[in-house]
Amino acid sequence: MSKILVIAEHLDGKLNSSTARAVSAAAAVKPEAIDVLVLADNVDAIAADAAKIDGVSRVLTVARAENAHPLAAVLAPQIAKAADGYSHVFVPSTTFGKDVAPRAAALLGVAQLSDVMSVEGTHTFKRPIYAGNAIVTVEAEPSHVVVATIRTASWPAAASGANNAPIEALTLDVTLPSHTRFVELKQGASDRPDLQSASKVVSGGRGVGSKENFDIIFKFADKIGAAVGASRAAVDAGYVPSDLQVGQTGKIIAPELYMAIGISGAIQHLTGIKDAGTIVAINKDGEAPIFEVADFGLVGDLFKILPELEAALG
Amino acid sequence: MKILVGYKRVVDYNVRIQVKPDGTGVVTDGVKLSANPFDDIALEEALRLREKGVAEEVIVVGIGPADLTAHLRNGLAMGANRAIHVVTAEAMQPLTAARTFQKLIEKEQPGLVILGKQAIDDDANQTGQMLAALWDRPQATFASKVEIADGKATVTREVDAGLETIEVELPAVITSDLRLNEPRFIKLPDIMKAKSKPIDVIEFASLGIDSGDHLKTTHYAAPPKRSKGVMVKDAAELVAALKQKGLL
Ligand SMILES: Cc1cc2nc3c(=O)[nH]c(=O)nc-3n(C[C@H](O)[C@H](O)[C@H](O)COP(=O)(O)OP(=O)(O)OC[C@H]3O[C@@H](n4cnc5c(N)ncnc54)[C@H](O)[C@@H]3O)c2cc1C
Ligand SMILES: Cc1cc2nc3c(=O)[nH]c(=O)nc-3n(C[C@H](O)[C@H](O)[C@H](O)COP(=O)(O)OP(=O)(O)OC[C@H]3O[C@@H](n4cnc5c(N)ncnc54)[C@H](O)[C@@H]3O)c2cc1C
Repeated sequence: MSKILVIAEHLDGKLNSSTARAVSAAAAVKPEAIDVLVLADNVDAIAADAAKIDGVSRVLTVARAENAHPLAAVLAPQIAKAADGYSHVFVPSTTFGKDVAPRAAALLGVAQLSDVMSVEGTHTFKRPIYAGNAIVTVEAEPSHVVVATIRTASWPAAASGANNAPIEALTLDVTLPSHTRFVELKQGASDRPDLQSASKVVSGGRGVGSKENFDIIFKFADKIGAAVGASRAAVDAGYVPSDLQVGQTGKIIAPELYMAIGISGAIQHLTGIKDAGTIVAINKDGEAPIFEVADFGLVGDLFKILPELEAALG
Repeated sequence: MKILVGYKRVVDYNVRIQVKPDGTGVVTDGVKLSANPFDDIALEEALRLREKGVAEEVIVVGIGPADLTAHLRNGLAMGANRAIHVVTAEAMQPLTAARTFQKLIEKEQPGLVILGKQAIDDDANQTGQMLAALWDRPQATFASKVEIADGKATVTREVDAGLETIEVELPAVITSDLRLNEPRFIKLPDIMKAKSKPIDVIEFASLGIDSGDHLKTTHYAAPPKRSKGVMVKDAAELVAALKQKGLL
């Protein structure tokens, strides 16, 4: 029988919803147990949140001052140690998981699966390659622990509230390196919805033209309560910070509504929105490739159309 | 200080990937191959560090089939001092690639290894992290800014929450993100010069590496296609359509 260890992602003392998505993927394996591992300096609030997630059997915590920031070099040896006895270790495929999971896998001497989008059996999974242009079925050897990152856009967050899993403190006998030190995290301070979990996202591209012009995107997003995203071209040009980038090398998202405004629809951008519910494209070029994937397309000048949309919304 | 750079050849990012009808792979015959874009960025960063006097030597490493030579010559033309070609006809998974780099590190003793954050074919995003673990050294992944002084690298990383800065002691592994720099273009005289630069050829089999390829790809499929939707004529029609779907 399978036993799965899910590694919790958290920031500022709060559990990230990517963890509940990884729990959904774990549940799809139909395991005997799903344990969540919380590595932090202050574990209590995070562990309490994790214990509420449906399907979680136990929450294991390691409270150490070294765990204050998610440094892969510090976390990976603890994960490798805690993995003992588990058949699978699942980590969300966010920058956190992508940083730490391969390091833990290498310490365990096993290959790692990236971006699991579906579970076909206890050791059979599907994942995208070539920016999502091909989907491969991958079989892992049952003789090794399966270390995998979970493509968060493919999995709903497991429901939360009804469960009350036991929380147990874990003592791991590992020496942690001191060669890696956290300096700072500059967060794009914003009270808008989080890009990765928002149900609506409005993205702007190079067509928006400048940092100042991007206000029109923010204004419209606020009007409909959406998160804001951007193409790489818009980020490269300095219109918005890099954490807003959507695509192959940015965030992979699955909102119910995605509005691409002044974005041409390059394959690397589309990779990030393949699982969106409804895609709307607004572009002055009727031939733009974005219209090939849009559920609703509107050809025209974004500077004219956005105010009209706002007016139509009343 | 020596810098080792991963320089992988992949299907060019402009190629529209086609899955073979029998599901055994993707069509790679006759398609354009180029350096992994992240590896061009990794190499550019190494060259800039050499130009600043931080490093003396930049070595590009390619793991792949015998015909990889021309690709490695591009890396030399861009400015690397020399190349190492680990010859293998088989595609390998990141753990095996990392073990290969580890062997080269034992021999070359670099002060820094720069790899791409991901290769755009398999999109694994693993090799650098695995190498750092095997080498028992720091990793600074998804780097958008690198500063080196006093035996340390201060690296700004593009993470989901924003920009994170960490400090790592050297030697270390850094993986490049897209905004780290803009790679230079290769000039004709550089191509001529590259012809006389050395390429060490090492047979993969001679390295005595255990395969870490524990994953078997059994089937390739094209992704489900999104069907083309409808064009609306104006803002009012769009709002009505989205309201009807309960999205606004
Ligand atoms: C390895 C690699 C990884 C990449 N990763 C990503 C990624 O993660 N995310 C990503 O987005 N890109 C990525 N890219 C870049 C990608 O190839 C495209 O260059 C980028 O997505 C283009 O952004 P854009 O659509 O905003 O710009 P453009 O392609 O320049 O398109 C701008 C669009 O705006 C329209 N427009 C202009 N003015 C107006 C107006 N007034 N009103 C309405 N429409 C207007 C134009 O018609 C045009 O279609 C990557 C590239 C590489 C090589
Ligand atoms: C259909 C198909 C055919 C393939 N054919 C070949 C083939 O003929 N030859 C081949 O070598 N690979 C081939 N591959 C790719 C091979 O499987 C990958 O090299 C391996 O899985 C590593 O994954 P990655 O490159 O995505 O790793 P990532 O972890 O995403 O790579 C990150 C970085 O590690 C470094 N790196 C990784 N691998 C290499 C390498 N080989 N050389 C230099 N630096 C490297 C680079 O700096 C790269 O940017 C093929 C893949 C597919 C799907």
